[in-house]
Amino acid sequence: MGSVKIRVKDTNLYYGNHHALKNINMDIYDKSVTALIGPSGCGKSTFLRCLNRMNDLIPNVRIDGEIQIAGNDINKYDVILLRKKVGMVFQKPNPFPMSIYENIAYGPRIHGTKNRSKLDNIVEKSLREAALWDEVKDRLKSNAMGLSGGQQQRLCIARTIAVEPEILLMDEPTSALDPASTMKIEDLMENLKKQYTVIIVTHNMQQAGRISDYAAFFLNGEIIEYDKTEKIFYKPMDKRTEDYITGRFG
Amino acid sequence: MRLSERIIEKMLVICAAIALLGIAVIAVFITKEGWPIISKIGIKAFFLGKDWTPTKGVYGIFPMIIGSIYVTIGALAIGVPIGISCAIYLAEIASPKVSAIIKPGIELLAGIPSVIYGLYGMTVIVPIIRDLFGNQGFSVLAGSIVLGIMILPTIINISKDSIEAVPKEYKEGSLALGSSHWQAIIKVILPSARSGIISSIILGMARAVGETMAVIMITGNSTMIPESILSPVRTLTGNIGIEMGYASGEHQKALFATGIVLFIFIMCLNLLAKLIPKKAGA
Amino acid sequence: MNDIKIITSSRIKERVAFFLLWIFSIFTAIILVLIVSDIIIKGAPHISLDFLLEEPRKMGKEGGVFSVIVSTIYIVVLSIIFAAPIGVAASVYLAEYAKESTMLNIIRFGTEALAGIPSIIYGLFGYSFFVFFLDLKYSILSGALTLTLMILPTIIKTSEEAIKAVPKSYREGSLALGATKLQTIRKIIIPDAIPGILTGLILGIGRVVGESAAVLYTAGSSLGIPDSIFRPGRTLSVHLYTLASEGISIENTYATAVILIALVFIINFSANTLINRIFIARRR
Repeated sequence: MGSVKIRVKDTNLYYGNHHALKNINMDIYDKSVTALIGPSGCGKSTFLRCLNRMNDLIPNVRIDGEIQIAGNDINKYDVILLRKKVGMVFQKPNPFPMSIYENIAYGPRIHGTKNRSKLDNIVEKSLREAALWDEVKDRLKSNAMGLSGGQQQRLCIARTIAVEPEILLMDEPTSALDPASTMKIEDLMENLKKQYTVIIVTHNMQQAGRISDYAAFFLNGEIIEYDKTEKIFYKPMDKRTEDYITGRFG
Repeated sequence: MRLSERIIEKMLVICAAIALLGIAVIAVFITKEGWPIISKIGIKAFFLGKDWTPTKGVYGIFPMIIGSIYVTIGALAIGVPIGISCAIYLAEIASPKVSAIIKPGIELLAGIPSVIYGLYGMTVIVPIIRDLFGNQGFSVLAGSIVLGIMILPTIINISKDSIEAVPKEYKEGSLALGSSHWQAIIKVILPSARSGIISSIILGMARAVGETMAVIMITGNSTMIPESILSPVRTLTGNIGIEMGYASGEHQKALFATGIVLFIFIMCLNLLAKLIPKKAGA
Repeated sequence: MNDIKIITSSRIKERVAFFLLWIFSIFTAIILVLIVSDIIIKGAPHISLDFLLEEPRKMGKEGGVFSVIVSTIYIVVLSIIFAAPIGVAASVYLAEYAKESTMLNIIRFGTEALAGIPSIIYGLFGYSFFVFFLDLKYSILSGALTLTLMILPTIIKTSEEAIKAVPKSYREGSLALGATKLQTIRKIIIPDAIPGILTGLILGIGRVVGESAAVLYTAGSSLGIPDSIFRPGRTLSVHLYTLASEGISIENTYATAVILIALVFIINFSANTLINRIFIARRR
């Protein structure tokens, strides 16, 4: 078991009057893949977006409790620095309408890298890590919107890696993709966890079982059970977890 | 289908075609009235002639073409930065409370008749310019300021719509990489809204070129090519608006000929605005 | 730390940029307040019932604006009588019948082009077509016909949007009951789209009231009360233009301007109220 990277303490979240996350306590471990599972609307995506404070964008959201990254309260970070440390890949691939190169260089540029050869290096390294380099190296200048869905999503992963985050949040990154592209991204995950702490929201039980080291089962805004993945999948403590895993739920 | 329904459908088609018919008839009549004088004095003499002296039968509209261009550029210089800033502010930053104040204000600004702008320009802006610069006040500058204000609603509304139409995934993507909101706006959102913003500028331009009464009331209407932004100036629209009241015969036809130039100018601008690719990021 | 320096600098840039955007936006609102308050302060003291009900004397130097108001009402009413049925019919065709075709694109282009034409061109056209070619002379009718053409695009566009916003299920429900397409349009679609259609008409009225260049050379600028639509008349905007540009009377100029501004406010307010009602109705 690695060291604790993220510590979530007594966290509650309200949308107006709706109590969407209830008393979440969770330690997330460094250099591992943690899967958040549970039925639609259970709060797992909302929780993920707490970790890089993307919920700040939504009006009427109130959060209490404390979330620490490497021992520091995330509300004490400038949100820019926080999001640099905590990268995010979205459900729907969202490349910017610019060239492949510009997409990757966007983050480093924002964070102050201007040197062209340095940027070239970052672009190549990030694309290699995202297993996209061989497919696009000859057309870095062409528009990213021309890539296939699966390529776009790997581009978004590369774009996130390019700012050298410590943590990667993935919000159902393969749900909009075909099986072949999904396989590629799952393979990628194996390598990513060597360098990053990966937290992934997924609807796909097989996927959670294949790629994650830890898994947390969310239901109605609560964590029902959180443990090593094999434990959750083969020896769940809670009846509700078992029902969900075995597909008897809902 | 019953006969009565078929007849009514035909009538609907006719109504829909009236606008099209209208534009055709307008083009035909303006041309019919104005073209003979252009062909009589020659295209070159008409367009490039620097002298407009109806009493001697000399009709050169070059000063008015230059006048329209100057005043329009001036209006854009004022209206574009303010208008686009306001559009960004409303679409991205403003709290609901602030937009609730500014939005109706912009609608009113759009609804105020041009004679009111003219009156305000004439009685407030022109005297200020006169006091500041010691000229007569009626000038390219006065026209630019008032037209700059008049084109604001066009620029703000169209730009705002196109900024709001940018998929919110782009903004989230940028913020998630640790950009500031401003960086997201300037590097991702505005480039994606580019075509709409350009359209707004072109349509604002068309409005400035076509405005008549306000311009007549504040630009001084001299038929000389203006030497500076403090000189008086006459635009194409002003030329028609001022002299239609008393012109007759050949002189009146020359005003229709001015109308042809204006018409072509405006049609080109509208066509240009239509030709800009609509898709974000294209 | 380097990160902190970069973040601080981008935060400062952001602050400055947002401040400038804020200034420009507030500036837009201030301009409006400046213009409107200037007109009202200078004009309101000269407004009285007498001013509204007296006829202008000495070319408007003395007296009120009664005949001008009458002419304005004539022109507004007449333009709407012409433009409303044509505009609504056109929008019904465009929204309900027209299929994508070259012809449809040409019709759409015509409507958009008509919307972009400057009012002075309408003035020239009305003068040569209605006043002379059709020999209607300088008259309320010539003015109204010219303005009809001018406001048609606004009415068509707004009504078309209103009709397109009627839920598809309404149509299907009516057609399923055996109603013909026309009955469905008359009994279901038009009634549901009425607020949107009215908004278009009100915006059209706004343009008619505010227009000067296109009216001056078609309806003329006679100060008498027109006793028929074949007589000339002067609208409020034209009156204001004449008073201001010829320096006839500062007091009466501003008083006329206040009436115009008041009309614009009322028109805008009614259009907004209708639009809000549509939004509320749609949300339900």
